[in-house]
Parts: sequence; C-alpha cells; structure tokens
Amino acid sequence: MKIGFLHSVMRRDEKLLLEAFNKRPNIELELIDDRKLAFNISHNKFSYDTVIERAINHSRALHAIRLFESEGIKCVNNSKVATICGDKLLTSINLKEHNIPQPEVRVAFTEESALETIEDMGYPVVLKPAVGSWGRLLSKINDRDAAESILEHKAILGTYHHSIFYIQKYVAKQGRDIRSFVIGDECIAAIYRTSEHWITNTARGAVASKCEMNDEIFDLSVRAAKAVGGGVVAIDLFETDEGYSVNEVNYTMEFKNSIDTTGVNIPDKIVDYVISEGTK
Amino acid sequence: MAAECPVCGADIEFPEGTVENELIECPDCGTELEVISVDPPKVEEAPSEEEDWGQ
Repeated sequence: MKIGFLHSVMRRDEKLLLEAFNKRPNIELELIDDRKLAFNISHNKFSYDTVIERAINHSRALHAIRLFESEGIKCVNNSKVATICGDKLLTSINLKEHNIPQPEVRVAFTEESALETIEDMGYPVVLKPAVGSWGRLLSKINDRDAAESILEHKAILGTYHHSIFYIQKYVAKQGRDIRSFVIGDECIAAIYRTSEHWITNTARGAVASKCEMNDEIFDLSVRAAKAVGGGVVAIDLFETDEGYSVNEVNYTMEFKNSIDTTGVNIPDKIVDYVISEGTK
Repeated sequence: MAAECPVCGADIEFPEGTVENELIECPDCGTELEVISVDPPKVEEAPSEEEDWGQ
C-alpha cells in the first residue's frame, strides 16, 4: 500500500507517526512537503492509495486534501471534516444540527450588531476568530469597555474574516477542560488540560493529566466526531453543571503530550485507521 | 560533521533518528530551527507561526 504523508515542518507528533508507519510491513510511505507541492488540476498523476494529512497550515491542508480527493484518493481526514473543523462557526452549526450540547454561540457581522449581541448575552463572553488554533487571538470580554475596544481593533486591524464575529458565552471551567481523542467509532483516550489561565490549550502552557474514560465522554465525543464527518479528531469538552458540552473539534490533532499521560499508543491507532481506510 | 546554527554559528549535532523538516532547538542560542538536510547536516531558521497554523 502506498501512503502519502502530507506535512510541512515535522513536529514531535509527525515523527511519532512516521515511526509508527515505519514499523508496518508492506507500507510505502511517501513524504509530501506542502511547500514543494504544485498541482495541475487537469493533469495530476498521483499513485497514493491514501493520504494522511499532517500539514500545519489549515488553508494548505484543506486545499491539498480537496485536490487529492479530486483524483479519487481517500484522505484522512477528508475535506469535509477539514472544512468544518477548520471553521468554528461551521463546527458550531454542525454540532447544533446533530443536537450536540455546546456553549451558547452567537454570530454578528458588524461592530454595532456584535456589541448589541454581546450586551444581550451578558458578560463575560469569548470572542474567537472563526479560523485559528492554539488559543490564538481569543478575547475574554468582561465588560462593555473591553467589548468596544476589541471590536474596533478587529474591524480596523483584522482581515475580513475577523469581522465575522463568533461570540461564545464564557464557561467557567474550574481551571480545566477535557481533550478527548476519537478515531473512527471509538473514543480512545482523554486528558484533562489544567491551567491557572482561562485558556487551557497545552500550546499555551496547560498541563495534561489522565482523564478516566466514562460512557458520557465516550458517547458525546463519538457523536461530536460524527457530526463533523468522522475520522481522526480531537474534541474539547467543557464540564458544566448540566453535563459535558463540546467547545471545539480539531482535525489535525496533536497528541504528543497524551501518549504517556493516557497509556494509549495514539500514533499506532491513527496508523491502524489510515491503513484500514486505504484498504476499503 | 555538524550543522551550523544560522543565528549564532554554533555546531549542532543531530540526534539519531533526526528527519528532514524536523523542528529542533539550537542548544546554544535557543532559536527554533528546521532541519533542511540530514546528510549533509543543514538547518535554517524555522518558519514563523502563521494565522492559520494549528490543529
């Protein structure tokens, strides 16, 4: 089986995947650096049975996957999943359409309507760029003064997509949230991400610890994964008095801090899934 | 044979198993570097984080 490995820079996560692939017999792995890729839409010639997407740029990943798919190549994850998960608003819409619990989300398109919306929701709220990751450019807005200032900055300094105002009701997380890992029909592991900061991304210094799996986390995680199209995804969950709710779904999941923490060989399970998809 | 850090000029020995495009840190100046070539060993400054980077 010939597998394409779409990447740019190689982080620890990608190295762990390469090591897992290299242990498998009868797998020809070809590295595809997205910085060196050039497509000819009418005359592409690729011989991959499947492509695993591990590129760090969402925009390149999304378009490369779609181009590979147009040649009949199955990709993990596929372009539908990448499209939805790469956009928080599309993710929220799909979660809603599948009755997945999530924090209150409202959307506005102008400074004025966004301010009115925030005032109506009550403080605090979190303003998020629809496209973005690692907790980048998240704004917790505690009062009207901050709302006016941040909205003005976004409207003037931001590119056009920063004026799609994605506003989420702030959820008090008691210092932690849950990151669960879903592959296919199974939620394989979960961690707590704990931080004194309200942003609990490990990329921002949150500490990972094991979260014991329970039926509710398993079921909600798998349902959330299926709501965005399935595949290999990581789900961010909030613990609330009303139960768990889904904050975000990530489609190029990072797992390096979660292998020892959970005792689950996550890269091996991803490789199993990619190979099984390639043989379907 | 070692790679040379483009920022501080330090010699950088690659650990076993280093792969092309891997991110490493210069042990002397701490700059994040990308391995451009394993043999011969060569590094460049790693690309800066972009707006759509992430997971």
